[in-house]
Amino acid sequence: MKRFALATVSTLAVAAGSSVLAEPEAEVLHWWTSGGEAKSVAVLQEEFASNGGTWTDMPVAGGGGDAAMTALRARVLSGNAPTAVQLKGPAIQEWYEEGVLADISGVAEAEGWAEVLPASIAGHMKCEGTWCAAPVNVHRVDWIWANADVLAANGIEMPTTWDEFNAAAVKLMDAGVIPLAHGGQSWQDATVFEAVLLGIGGPEFYQKALVDLDPEALTSDTMVQVFDQMRTMRGFVDENFSGRDWNLATAMVMNGEAAFQIMGDWAKGEFLAAGKTPGEDFLCASTPGDGYLYNVDSFAMFSVDGDDKKAGQELLAKLIVAPNFQKVFNLNKGSIPARTDVALDDFDICANLSAEEMGSTSAAGSLLPSYAHGMALRGSQSGAITDVVTAHFNSDMSSADAVQQLADAVANSY
Amino acid sequence: MSEWLENHLPKVVLAPSFIAVLIFVYGFIGWTAWVSLTRSKLLPKYEIHGFIQYERLFDSPRWDTAINNLYLFGALFIVIAMVLGLLLAILLDQKIRVEGAIRTIYLYPMALSMIVTGTAWKWILNPGLGIESMVQGWGFPNFEFDWLVNPDYAIYTIVLAAIWQSSGFVMALFLAGLRSVDGEIIKAAQVDGIPTWRIYTAIIIPSMAPIFLSAFIVLAHLAIKSFDLVIALTGGGPGYATDLPATYMYAMAFSRGDIGQAASSAMIMMLVVFAIVVPYLYSELRAKND
Repeated sequence: MKRFALATVSTLAVAAGSSVLAEPEAEVLHWWTSGGEAKSVAVLQEEFASNGGTWTDMPVAGGGGDAAMTALRARVLSGNAPTAVQLKGPAIQEWYEEGVLADISGVAEAEGWAEVLPASIAGHMKCEGTWCAAPVNVHRVDWIWANADVLAANGIEMPTTWDEFNAAAVKLMDAGVIPLAHGGQSWQDATVFEAVLLGIGGPEFYQKALVDLDPEALTSDTMVQVFDQMRTMRGFVDENFSGRDWNLATAMVMNGEAAFQIMGDWAKGEFLAAGKTPGEDFLCASTPGDGYLYNVDSFAMFSVDGDDKKAGQELLAKLIVAPNFQKVFNLNKGSIPARTDVALDDFDICANLSAEEMGSTSAAGSLLPSYAHGMALRGSQSGAITDVVTAHFNSDMSSADAVQQLADAVANSY
Repeated sequence: MSEWLENHLPKVVLAPSFIAVLIFVYGFIGWTAWVSLTRSKLLPKYEIHGFIQYERLFDSPRWDTAINNLYLFGALFIVIAMVLGLLLAILLDQKIRVEGAIRTIYLYPMALSMIVTGTAWKWILNPGLGIESMVQGWGFPNFEFDWLVNPDYAIYTIVLAAIWQSSGFVMALFLAGLRSVDGEIIKAAQVDGIPTWRIYTAIIIPSMAPIFLSAFIVLAHLAIKSFDLVIALTGGGPGYATDLPATYMYAMAFSRGDIGQAASSAMIMMLVVFAIVVPYLYSELRAKND
């Protein structure tokens, strides 16, 4: 009876909706709760309100999104999904397969998303050909940050090959500087690993090994070399690195205790917050080798009932990808816009470098998803790889054993 | 009516909690067992696929580490906490002055949450901040104490912190046990000129067998469900060297979207608890029937 009543009401609402303009409303689940992030999401909230929408905020902090995902699971299982959820990478398709995502192709086509987004990033926003998510930003992951004074004092240039990096590191160690600031948390180990893998194996190898999970690539000699380099890097880290947070490692570069850090461009936010100038106090460059590893935040749109909610969803999707929000949000967050037609005059040199290389690597086909940040693989697969990477980095496991374990772990993760 | 109520009141009052336990404990154990037999990833699915999750679990080197850590941690933690607790209790039992104050001091760590204990020990054991750097600062530059960041020894730091937290509680249990031993027997032994250590080993400790059993059960279940201490102290690291089954289960269920795998590890944890608790219940019930 209740269901019948609901059905009647919603039919009426649909009938009414066609004549009366719907009032857009959206409930947004996200975990952007810390300083700069909260400010960034407030921008979207204001824009949504000024376009006549009602925004219901559902921030769930904690665990790098783990808590939010638990909340999402509960909401979906109870048949009451939020309008939009901060999701990224293959997790979007994973939720699509559960049959709970909406089709927002209408907005995407009207706004011409396909023309303004790089093809490989647009691919993440589609579920079997229909658009189901809206990209917010692009973080580059394969950055190497350096303290400009320390490099100058030791006569070191930004390295462009891993051999140069190793030579520079040895020189720094002799001078009593920690070559690489690193935090021994598994995701940070994985971040360094994917940068090394991209540099040594090249973009094609990266695609085969960490996106396609090709067993041949995983057990290849190149992979052994990658682990060898990881072992070398282990020697460039101070002995006290276990469990250190990434921002403390950034601080070590800032105060000259360490020379380099390999970390995504959120590290730039730490430098800027400390009043450092890019290009003068600290240097940014892509890690040695070709290619570009991206970490794209996006909002996946969930199936909702009712015209108001549908209107809210479409308005939200439109605003997220619109140039104004892309610019303001990314200035706050330290990343770059996902769309390629936003003027970057207000952005710093690192962001401009990032945008430039995003364009060039996109044309060359070497714009690749970051595995360490959940863009390339599903949770159980990327987790299995990270287990091996972190176990190797934190023990005296040989590279050959690591490669064998890697192949086994991937095979065991399906 | 009132007579009926009088007769059935206990049952009526107990019924809600009985039903709640039935659903939320045994019902969910059954649900977890079911899910552990499926290929559930992001959301639970109910199609049975046999023991695939258990095969994956036992093929995983990380689970191997976790379960070995549990044995190592559990054994060391239980044995050392009990020995230390007993020793403290015996020393306190020597009719010393300000016993109350000392007892409170030893018991206080129990009042802290494991997160606080873990964080404090993380700082104490950190080579760059804690003991190592302090002793080096005293003029012993070769002094090394890097267990926390050494994958082979990190699990012992967890043992250390857990013992610090729990041995005071074990002491209190044993102290109560010591005090409940019949004073007449001890006096008789003293009259016979038996040395004190013999009185303890031959009379007092054997008569405290039930206390040992209670202490063991309490410590064992603390060990198996240990989670917060690991998260605060090492975060499971370096690498995954200090993973325990509970942290493994959490990672699978909440970080990796691998619910089937998490359910199978939860079932194994439950079986370990059963292996300890069932013999205890059996011996308790048999004792009552005699």
